[in-house]
Amino acid sequence: MLRIQYFASIRETLGRSDEELELPAQVGSVQDLIDHLLGVNPSFQRVFSAQNMVLTAVNQTVVDLDHPISENDEVAFFPPMTGG
Amino acid sequence: MISIQNQDFSIADEYAALRHRAGDAGAIVTFTGLVREVYDVPAEGSESAAVSSLFLEHYPGMTEKCLQEIQQQAEAKWPLLATRIIHRVGELHGKDQIVLVATASAHRLAAFEAAEFIMDYLKSKAPFWKQQKTATSSVWVESRDSDKAAIERWQDS
Repeated sequence: MLRIQYFASIRETLGRSDEELELPAQVGSVQDLIDHLLGVNPSFQRVFSAQNMVLTAVNQTVVDLDHPISENDEVAFFPPMTGG
Repeated sequence: MISIQNQDFSIADEYAALRHRAGDAGAIVTFTGLVREVYDVPAEGSESAAVSSLFLEHYPGMTEKCLQEIQQQAEAKWPLLATRIIHRVGELHGKDQIVLVATASAHRLAAFEAAEFIMDYLKSKAPFWKQQKTATSSVWVESRDSDKAAIERWQDS
């Protein structure tokens, strides 16, 4: 199972903090996963829109959109960080 | 040494502990970040509002990992004898302490630079998110270009 976590404004937009997903056969990269999520749930269109910057972490490391996704990965989507 | 915690911290206690760990240090730099009561980045079209509270969210697991990495990078770049990072999460109020960075080295330049480097990385590379809450609204704080620029100055050194 893929574990997906959402943080901050993205968590609020979606109304959930995490979910588990059986890795779909056509999902091989972060971009594929985003495309899949957009297809199954229209509320993701408010998250992955042109005006929002969304960062992706796979197994707790920030990665690019072409990063591979495998079964049992921990994926997280969040806005730019604002700590300190 | 890193901590992510809800509770406040005592600079005096942290300084004493760091000084003890730092052995023959000739310089200790401590930086403390505080919650300002008024933000200078109000939401578009609105006037600057007094912040009644600040909520700090983090990514348990990844945040700890990032702070460890930031500390290791600082220790690789400068001859540090001891380092301490504390970042608070949860609900905070005006004038509260949010973050502590303390560095110890033989000489002041390394301690000053390493503390600045760690703070610059904490600002936009560690998974923390701030939400400002006033009596009438709650707004996620936007990342600042000046914070990104602050990181870039370390990348060629």
